[in-house]
Amino acid sequence: MELLAWLAAAVAVGILGVVVWSVAKRGASELNLDLLTKTPVQFAIGNVKQGLANAFVGSIVLVGLATAMALPFGILIAVYLVEFARASVKNGASLVLDVLNGIPSIVIAIFVFGLLVVGHGQSGLAGSFALATLMLPLVARATMEVLALVPDSLREASLALGVPRWRTTLGVVLPQTIGGIMTGTVLAVARIAGETAPLLFTSSVAGTSVLWNPTQPLQSVPLSIFQLSESPVPADHARAWAAALVLLLFILCVSLAARWLATRSRRKLGRAGR
Amino acid sequence: MSTFDATGISARRPVTGRRVRPGDLLLQVVAGLAALAAIGLVALIAYKVVDGARLSLSTFGLRFLVHSNWDPVHGRFGAAQFLGDTVVTSFGALVLATPLALGIGLFLSELAPTWVRGPVTALVETLAAIPSVVIGLWGIIVLGPLLRDHVDPALHAALGFVPLFGPASGGSNVFTAMVVLAIMILPIISSISRELFLGVPVELKEAALGLGATRWEMVRGVVFPYARGGVAAAMILGLGRAVGEAIATAQVIGAFDNGFSWNLFNPGETLASKIALDFLGATTKLEISSLFYLALILLVFSLVVNLVAQWIVRRVSRRQGLR
Repeated sequence: MELLAWLAAAVAVGILGVVVWSVAKRGASELNLDLLTKTPVQFAIGNVKQGLANAFVGSIVLVGLATAMALPFGILIAVYLVEFARASVKNGASLVLDVLNGIPSIVIAIFVFGLLVVGHGQSGLAGSFALATLMLPLVARATMEVLALVPDSLREASLALGVPRWRTTLGVVLPQTIGGIMTGTVLAVARIAGETAPLLFTSSVAGTSVLWNPTQPLQSVPLSIFQLSESPVPADHARAWAAALVLLLFILCVSLAARWLATRSRRKLGRAGR
Repeated sequence: MSTFDATGISARRPVTGRRVRPGDLLLQVVAGLAALAAIGLVALIAYKVVDGARLSLSTFGLRFLVHSNWDPVHGRFGAAQFLGDTVVTSFGALVLATPLALGIGLFLSELAPTWVRGPVTALVETLAAIPSVVIGLWGIIVLGPLLRDHVDPALHAALGFVPLFGPASGGSNVFTAMVVLAIMILPIISSISRELFLGVPVELKEAALGLGATRWEMVRGVVFPYARGGVAAAMILGLGRAVGEAIATAQVIGAFDNGFSWNLFNPGETLASKIALDFLGATTKLEISSLFYLALILLVFSLVVNLVAQWIVRRVSRRQGLR
């Protein structure tokens, strides 16, 4: 029986290896500077050099805006629930955050379509709002966890010196948690950077030119991969693999960075507790 | 510990009393409004989805759930086939993933040498970080043809008398979607069960070993029963993920909406993939509203899944607290 457990672990690692290897093998041959700097060409005849520059720029704008929306909001929610709320309110609101986290991203997409796209048309703002909705419970939960780790002796010491509650919270407690909040945020960014479904109805009818303006629909990397993967043309598949490789590399780097941040901040919190 | 907790509560409580500092009140009100807005957001999501589905709800009512035709030309819509395919793909994925996930959890918590645990845990978590669209791309181009050429015919030859394993056709079918979903929920279930197994008290394990149990008997008699409730919750969360996954499913399931078939090697369509593939192309108000209805079914399902998982976790942790 123990052999089966070994086998199960080997299968999981094997699947990961096969997926990463297929993406790396097929993506690397197509990966060049053109992918990042050139824009796609519709109805390309012959060997036209094209890339996905519009998608990379669009993804940067969408994810950046989503982070700007979800981060302050998520931190405030966590501060209220950990520092101010009664236990019953905290439990209830945590459950609501879990429910929000469990809502399928395609439902979020259809919700944002009904809220922002009907009557106004698609836009990068609608897309980033959808991504922010996915990100919010992740950031709030991560912040709640680190806030709970801050020792109460720190709060009490500050209060005993006559420092008001709001300055204790913002000046003493929150600075202790910056590392943990950054870890949570970075992991959330890694998660939403690969999300396709929320952008499907909110920011998908984009042109082929590079746009920085979020009031217009923006192309994004995951959506490009989705659209190219449905195409019958082999050259489109090749670009889908290359884009997938870039996306995967980004997510792996970001996850590694988060891991490093997590160990660092844990060490720091450990010192503060002593 | 208890006195420490008591003082802890006083440093983290609502701002009340006769002498309230304006700054304290301001921070509490602003942060409280943010928390209220989060609850409002969930309510707004529910409202908007119901609102969008209203036309379809009033036209078809609950018959929508049992009728199977999806006919935009004649304006007749029903979700029965998508419900069936969703149930088949997600439960199938759960059946494929759970034993594997439990094995991984056990390996990483009990069996593996310490130097193996860290890297393998990190690798399994990396599997969870791969975007669904990339798994879907791999599913279309690598996995689908592989299953079509080697696995589907073999299963049909060996188990063809079961209606589930009928004649094989193309690479994009319900079975491929099932395997892709199993890969996606594997890391969820395995990382939760690893933590559950690690949480089994050492005294219980040592007592079993001290009574002469082998390591496998200890796992079967102590570790599995102790973690049972938590594993159930992990499976339910995995199921929720599989049901709601739209993109990877849409890429590999073959987009076939002409009726449910028990044959796993036929193409199909789940609730989520139907929305993903048809929403932008929908023309009539009734079709758009019917797609909102599909989203409403998904929303209700995700709500039930979460509440049930939470309820199990609370019940289990209370029972273990009493021990």
